Amino acid sequence: MIELLNAILVIVLVMNLFALGTSRILAVIRIVAAQGALLGFIPLLVHERLTVPVVLASVAAIALKGIAIPSIMIRALRDAQIKREVEPLIGLLPSILLGALATAFALLFSGQLTLADPRTSTLIVPTSIATALVGFILLTTRYKAITQVVGYLVLENGIFVFGMLLIEAIPLVVEMGMLLDLFVGIFVISIIANHINRAFSSMDTRRLISLKD
Amino acid sequence: MAFAFIAFPLLMAALALAVPSNALRPWLLPLTGAIHAAMTILALMRPEWQFTSAWLVLDPLGKIILLVVSGLFLFCSIYAVGYLKYRMERSNRVFCACLLAFLGLMGLVAWSQHLGLLWVAIEATTLVTAPLIYFNRTKLSIEATWKYLLVGSVGIALALLGTFFLAYSSTGKGQEPSLLLADLLRSAPTLSKPWLHAAFVLLLVGYGTKMGLAPMHTWKPDAYGESPGVVGAVFAGGITSCAFLAFLRVYQICAAAGEGAFASRLLLFMGLFSMAVAGLFMVAQRDIKRMLAYSSVEHMGILMLGLGIGAPALYGTMLHVVTNAATKGLLFLSAGNIHRAYASKSTDDVRGAIRRLPLSGSLFLAGFLAITGSPPFGPFISEFAILGGAFAAGRFVVAGLFLLFLLIVFVGMGRTVLKVSLGRASAAADGIAYRDGLLTAAPVAALMALVLLLGLYIPSPLGALLDDAVRFLGGAAI
Repeated sequence: MIELLNAILVIVLVMNLFALGTSRILAVIRIVAAQGALLGFIPLLVHERLTVPVVLASVAAIALKGIAIPSIMIRALRDAQIKREVEPLIGLLPSILLGALATAFALLFSGQLTLADPRTSTLIVPTSIATALVGFILLTTRYKAITQVVGYLVLENGIFVFGMLLIEAIPLVVEMGMLLDLFVGIFVISIIANHINRAFSSMDTRRLISLKD
Repeated sequence: MAFAFIAFPLLMAALALAVPSNALRPWLLPLTGAIHAAMTILALMRPEWQFTSAWLVLDPLGKIILLVVSGLFLFCSIYAVGYLKYRMERSNRVFCACLLAFLGLMGLVAWSQHLGLLWVAIEATTLVTAPLIYFNRTKLSIEATWKYLLVGSVGIALALLGTFFLAYSSTGKGQEPSLLLADLLRSAPTLSKPWLHAAFVLLLVGYGTKMGLAPMHTWKPDAYGESPGVVGAVFAGGITSCAFLAFLRVYQICAAAGEGAFASRLLLFMGLFSMAVAGLFMVAQRDIKRMLAYSSVEHMGILMLGLGIGAPALYGTMLHVVTNAATKGLLFLSAGNIHRAYASKSTDDVRGAIRRLPLSGSLFLAGFLAITGSPPFGPFISEFAILGGAFAAGRFVVAGLFLLFLLIVFVGMGRTVLKVSLGRASAAADGIAYRDGLLTAAPVAALMALVLLLGLYIPSPLGALLDDAVRFLGGAAI
């Protein structure tokens, strides 16, 4: 089991770098959708016994992160008729390097934190932190509103990975609440992104500079 | 009863979506506000009627936040009816529904004893308040909403990671991880220190973003500046108080774990830094609503500072939650009236507000004196208590900086407010028919009376609530 889990986590880390390295927004959304769906399978692997909450959490995560949210975003993308990220704040290659650095940092940092249960995979914590950091990089270095939403989604994916350590601690109601909040959040943000597109004839957030001191 | 506090406003929100009349719909707000306020008083006076469950308990801290939120909402809801009368050209369906849902979620924050549920409630307040900022449908309000959503969501995501870290810190000694406040407080001394420290920092950044502490405050001037005054009032008094409550829970756990000194250093720094940044941006601020937003940053800094000083300043800090909310309500609502009378919120256009709007203009000026800590108003008492706490704790440098920043804010804010209030009414107001009406001026005047009352005398039930809260916090402190 643990080898399979580690393999999935390594794929998640590689997907992070892919998401950083492509300028086609549709491809980024698809990568992150695949990442979300893959993460949805982890609860099934982490637990020896398959209880109803575990299966429900897994199914809900796959449905939301892998299907529902990406389809909202692809629709928003189609409405806005954009295909590529304009030249990002830092180029694609530097952002991959930055992502790799973030991953290395996450590995070093999580070495400082001891795991309570030695049987759990040692990759969970570094993958979680690295994915969250990659989400940050996407959020801060991309200009299109929709790519920033993808960055937020990657950040949430990172946090979701950490949640795997605590599935017993978090009751199903709260877990569903978290997923619902995420879903509604992406929904609301996508609506606003569409309004930005309509009002400014562009999804370029560099036009949002009127409010300042 | 706990359930009713959450379900009733949500039901009314659904009703607001169903009501077809744009003129009748806003009246649901004061109706809900009044019933909610009555329920709050009942829950506070008759604890045996609370019918709590393990997850929903009204503890002394929750009581104060519930009281603040419920009271402020009542005043704002009356004002909102008056405000929406002037905005009949657009549908207020979503506005009313979101405001009502917001009340229900704030109730959930006040009652919640489960840190995961608390997080869900706070995240949900971010989502339902986004349409409130977007009410004016202008390019500027889209920009403000976008920044609010993005900064707020990222901040709150970090708070979730922090919550997870906190839960994980309790797994060490073969215990089941739990996010119930009582469990965490009980097992606090055995929590894993590195995880707890990391959790504390993440939660400080996360809920601090929601409170609007510098340097995570960037959404605040934009959101407060572009939304209607009534939204600014419920934000500056409601959301910030709820986020502060969430943070108080974390602080309590940290203090119970014997890490009070670690927490206190960070809090003092964040508090003073927020006050300094707010002071800096308030000097030469030309937009009255943005100025109030920076004032909110300053006062969140004061709350953090009071918490950082610890036991001697806790009474002042909890009182400051109440006085700040009332005064911010007063300021934002009167600023909203001034904005409407001049169709501008820039000091370039707005002059002589007292001549133009005798009541709102004078209340705005008095509100400025109150919020900057002049006697005989409420914030003076709470800020003085925090200052006294700083001296009692022997933190003279902190006390000195606190006074210095208060002075900078007073001078910076004073220049803008005096320019706006005094003198001859400027030409910008010509041809605008708006005058103070009963619905838009009476709630402001009532809040003023409340702020003055809190400065002269603390009613004994409130005093008892504050004492309980301090004991509740201090019992866990070092």
